[in-house]
This record gives sequence, C-alpha cells and structure tokens, in this order.
Amino acid sequence: MRFIFKTDYRQDIRLFRHAGYVFWYGLLGVVLVAAPFVLSEYVISQLHFVCIYSIVGFGLMLLVGFTGQISLGHAAFLAVGAYTEALLQGAGMPLWVSLPSAALLSAAAGIIIGIPALRLKGIYLAIATLAFNVIVEEIITRWEGLTGGNGGKHVKPAELFGFTFDSDVSFYFLCLSLTVLSCLMLINLLRSPTGRAFVAIRDSEISASCMGVNLAKYKTMSFALSAALTGVGGALYAHKITFISPEQFTLLASIELVTIVIIGGIGSLHGAVFGAAFIIVLPQVISVAKDYLPSGAAGISGLQAIVFGVLLVAFIIFEPMGIYGRWLKVRTWFELFPFYRQGMFRRQKSYMKSERLR
Amino acid sequence: MSFFRVEDLGISFGGVRAVDAVSFEVNQGEVYTIIGPNGAGKTTIFNLIGLLYPASSGTICFEGRTLNGLAPHRVAQLGIARTFQNIELFEHATVLQNLLIGRHRHRSTSLWQEMAFLPAVRRAELAQREAVEKVIDFLELAHYRDGLVAGLPYGVRKVIELGRALATEPRLLLLDEPSSGLNPEETNEMAFWIEDIQKELGITVLMVEHDMNLVSRVSDRVLALNEGRSIAQGTPAEVQSHPAVIEAYLGGSD
Ligand SMILES: Nc1ncnc2c1ncn2[C@@H]1O[C@H](COP(=O)(O)OP(=O)(O)OP(=O)(O)O)[C@@H](O)[C@H]1O
Ligand SMILES: [Mg+2]
Repeated sequence: MRFIFKTDYRQDIRLFRHAGYVFWYGLLGVVLVAAPFVLSEYVISQLHFVCIYSIVGFGLMLLVGFTGQISLGHAAFLAVGAYTEALLQGAGMPLWVSLPSAALLSAAAGIIIGIPALRLKGIYLAIATLAFNVIVEEIITRWEGLTGGNGGKHVKPAELFGFTFDSDVSFYFLCLSLTVLSCLMLINLLRSPTGRAFVAIRDSEISASCMGVNLAKYKTMSFALSAALTGVGGALYAHKITFISPEQFTLLASIELVTIVIIGGIGSLHGAVFGAAFIIVLPQVISVAKDYLPSGAAGISGLQAIVFGVLLVAFIIFEPMGIYGRWLKVRTWFELFPFYRQGMFRRQKSYMKSERLR
Repeated sequence: MSFFRVEDLGISFGGVRAVDAVSFEVNQGEVYTIIGPNGAGKTTIFNLIGLLYPASSGTICFEGRTLNGLAPHRVAQLGIARTFQNIELFEHATVLQNLLIGRHRHRSTSLWQEMAFLPAVRRAELAQREAVEKVIDFLELAHYRDGLVAGLPYGVRKVIELGRALATEPRLLLLDEPSSGLNPEETNEMAFWIEDIQKELGITVLMVEHDMNLVSRVSDRVLALNEGRSIAQGTPAEVQSHPAVIEAYLGGSD
C-alpha cells in the first residue's frame, strides 16, 4: 500500500497522483497507439465500438454517476448526434463543422429534457426521459424528408482537412483521440468547482443549495454536457456502422447505455470504459458459448437481452460499485496480501435521516 | 439599518401554525440564540430564512436587503451559511471536498476554462485550497482531511459541517443545535469554537440550541419560542427566569 505525504496544495489537483500513475497510463498510451498495427482487423473494429461507447459512457456517467440524475432516454441524444452528423456530412460539411454541430444540437436537446428534470426525481425523471426517447424516435421515423424514415440513411466516412477516415486504422485514431479528449475534459471538470457542484447535487440537493449552488443551472448544465458527449458518440457511431435507422435508437438502446454505467461502476470514469468494453465483449462471449449450449437453449431468441438483464440485476444486487469496484477490491487484496479482511468495504453504519427538512 | 432583521414571520403546515408572527433583530457581531421546546418552530425559522419554504407572511432583511422571493442559492451567495440539525454532508466525498464545496460562492472561473484546466483555474484552485486549509487548521480537522465523510464518527461530522459553513466565509452563520448528539467534552469544544467564530473571525451567529449551559455561556441575547410564537427575549439569565419560559418548558415536559 502506498501512502502519499502531501506537502503542497498542487499535489491535490495534479492529473496523475504519483509516479506510478504516470508509468501505467504511459504504458496504456503506448499499447493503445501500437494496438492497430498488431491486432487483427476484426479486433480493431471492436475497439472502434469500445471507444464510441466509452464516450457515450462518459456522458451518461457525468449525469448518472456524478450528478445523480437518471436518464432512460440517452439513445435519443445518440440519435440527434448521428442524424446531425449524417445530414451535415451529406450536405458536404467537413468533420470540424459537423461534429461540433452534432454536439451542440444534442446539448440543446439535453437542455430541453433538463427542464422537466428540475422538478422531477427518481422514477418520475426516468419516465420523463423514457418518453423523450420515444418522441425523438417517432420524429425520426415520421420526418422522412429529412431522415429517410424507416428506410434509414447511409453515411460516408468522415472527412477532415482533405483526409478521409476510410481505413480501420485511421478511424481508430479518430475515435481514440476523441475518447481521450472527452476523458481529459471530464477529469478537469471534476477537479474544478463545476464538477464539485455536480457531486454536491448528487449527495444532497438541499445542502448544495444552501452552499450557493444554483440547482437549476447545474442540473441543466449536466444534462447538456452529458447529451453533448453522447451526441459526439452518436456522430462516430453513424460513421462506424455507415447506415442509421430509427430502430437503432429505441428504448432498448437506452437501457443498454445505462448498463454501461451500472455494470462499469457508478461514479467512476474508469467504470465507463470498463462498462463499454463489457457490453462489446459480452455478445461475442454469448455467441461463442452458444456453440456449447444444448441446441434448445442456443435457439432462444433474445438470449442476449436475457443475459444483459440478468447481469444488470446481479450487479445491482451484488456489486453496486460495478466492475470498477470489483477491480478496486482485487487491487487492495494484492496490495494488502495477506492482511485483507472480509467486509472491509462494507458500508459504515449510516445515520438515520428524518423526512422533513433538517 | 439593522444587520439582520426578521419581521412578522409566519408559516403554516396544514392546520399547524408552525411559526406565528415572529420578529427579532440580530446585531452585527453578536451571538443570538433561539430556544424553545421540541416542535416550537426553531428549525422552521431557519428554513424560512434559507428560503427553503416560502413564508406565508413577514419579511427577512439582511444588510438592508429583503430576501423574500429570492432563489434559495442566493441566500448563501449573499453571505449566510447554515448547518443542519441532523447533519447534511456530502457523504460520498472526502472532508476536503466537502469544505471545497463551501467555497462555491467564491468561484471565479467559467465552465470553458475549467474544461481545459487553464492556468487561471489552477491558480483559483490553489487559492480555494489555501482558504479551506485555514478552516481545517482552525477546527483541527487535519487528521480527517482526506477521509470519506461516510465513515467518520458523529461528533467529527458535526465539526465538518461547521467547517463547510465557515469555508463559505459567511457574515451570518446559522447553527441548528450545534451540540445535539455531542458528548460533554465535544460540547465544551463546540462552545470554544463558537466563541472564537464570534471573537476571532468576527462572524455574527444565529443559533438554535437546547443545552442551556452552552446557551448562557456563548449567547449575547436569547429569544424563547413556544408553539411558533415568541414568548420572551433578553439576556440568557433574563429569559431563563421568565415565567412564560418556565411555564412552556414545564408544560412541554409531561
Ligand atoms: N415540512 C413540514 N411539513 C409539515 N410540518 C412541518 C414541516 N416542518 C416542520 N413542521 C412542523 O412544524 C412544527 C415545528 O417544527 P420544527 O422542526 O421547526 O421544530 P423545532 O423547534 O426545530 O423542534 P426540535 O427541537 O425538535 O428540532 C412541528 O410541529 C413540525 O411537525
Ligand atoms: Mg429543530
């Protein structure tokens, strides 16, 4: 175990807390840059998805994990991003115009849904966001002149300053750099007043407001930022699968996105990446496992949805901190070996709170 | 112009007149205490001052400014901080982070600057930490600085909440039962801190408190409340010996 003696305020706001972090993240950086040159085309293609879902995961994590607001409608922002990108690119705009537009338009949609969020909490907010998703899906389906309706829309590879991201490797680097950029942006926010205000709202709205945090402003801001990141993810998603249609942005897609943050680990950026990797790898595992299952079980339609559902419930019950929480425990086990004791992470007794305003 | 004044304040919940035509005035630099039996409406007065409930009658004036009708977060921004009777900390954050949130009203950077963590943000953050570190020294919290609030003992959390309120650098500090749940030693310590807050930091304190020892020790003036109405006002000794106060406490204890 490592104890860090702090001698300077600067140590608290550093990007990397100690030399170990610099080493491991440096190594990770080297591996990520080298990856496309050694891995097979298929794996690279899966890495595209991991990056895209990580960006979306960051967005949702900001809202759910750090601001404590729930959303069951994030596929709608994914759709806004994807269609904005497809349409603007179709109109001949370069990526540096279309991608920020996708982010901005999604943010605007986020503000629209953020407004009811000022009055709603918990299950009611979930229902409102869910309804929003259905509305957006319906608009896309009906507005055929713009979106192509159920017929869908083709998307060409992204273009930036005359360069076309048409190879797996170049698109990988596009996705990776946007992932790193969004991650850094969130880390920066979380160590500044804005990020602290989000966390304050998550833990106690009444306290936050008594400390001078404008709840309406910061909740709306969180929705807008979350939607913007999801919109960027949506734009990349459109380029990745080259064909978008309304059925990719249904309620089920939204639930899949929530799965990322819950399975990954609420309240951690690592969790968003772990969760993204998990939901990309899981379907592959299922399809491999199918070969070994009795033909009856393998034939069940929607096997994947069932596995997702069961895992989601299992994580909520047994590991509310998600994969990241599991990872922390394993790491602590190694660091403390052989002194790890059972129940070390169990929640301390929490004090009773009364219902009325304290 | 008075420093802080409440006039004819009132609110009902259903049929209960929780606060009824209460008026009082707090002078700059004093410790003013509200006492009263359980359910007298003391916490409700704090919630009305914090604009968490809209008052059904009356006005609240702070430094010549009427608070009624403002958004709740504006109260803190004007320089009024409070603690809660049952502790309302940010449980999943460290002590340091809790205190830093107290600095929110002194925020000087914009969202865009923060996203890139520009040098201006870095400078502002260092300044915030310096201010918080002063509070940590003042309340001797250094030992708990990086610990999660959720795991700390009740007495310590009480002090952290006081620290978070102090971190806002308030001009008026509202303390709701600062000694409730504390043992005699901790209560004694709390009394010292309240005295220091008044004398060293020059912060005006409006406090709700049950412990009459603590009340007589630190308060300059006391207001007694019963069933939402003010029944006596004066020095601690005067109020304690006032027949209506004795009556209210005896009547409430059976
Ligand atoms: N949000 C609310 N809704 C309904 N009734 C309330 C509410 N808040 C307070 N009350 C009622 O108002 C009255 C005064 O409550 P308050 O909490 O102000 O008492 P208090 O003087 O702080 O008492 P204590 O010493 O127990 O803290 C009580 O009868 C209480 O039930
Ligand atoms: Mg009370």
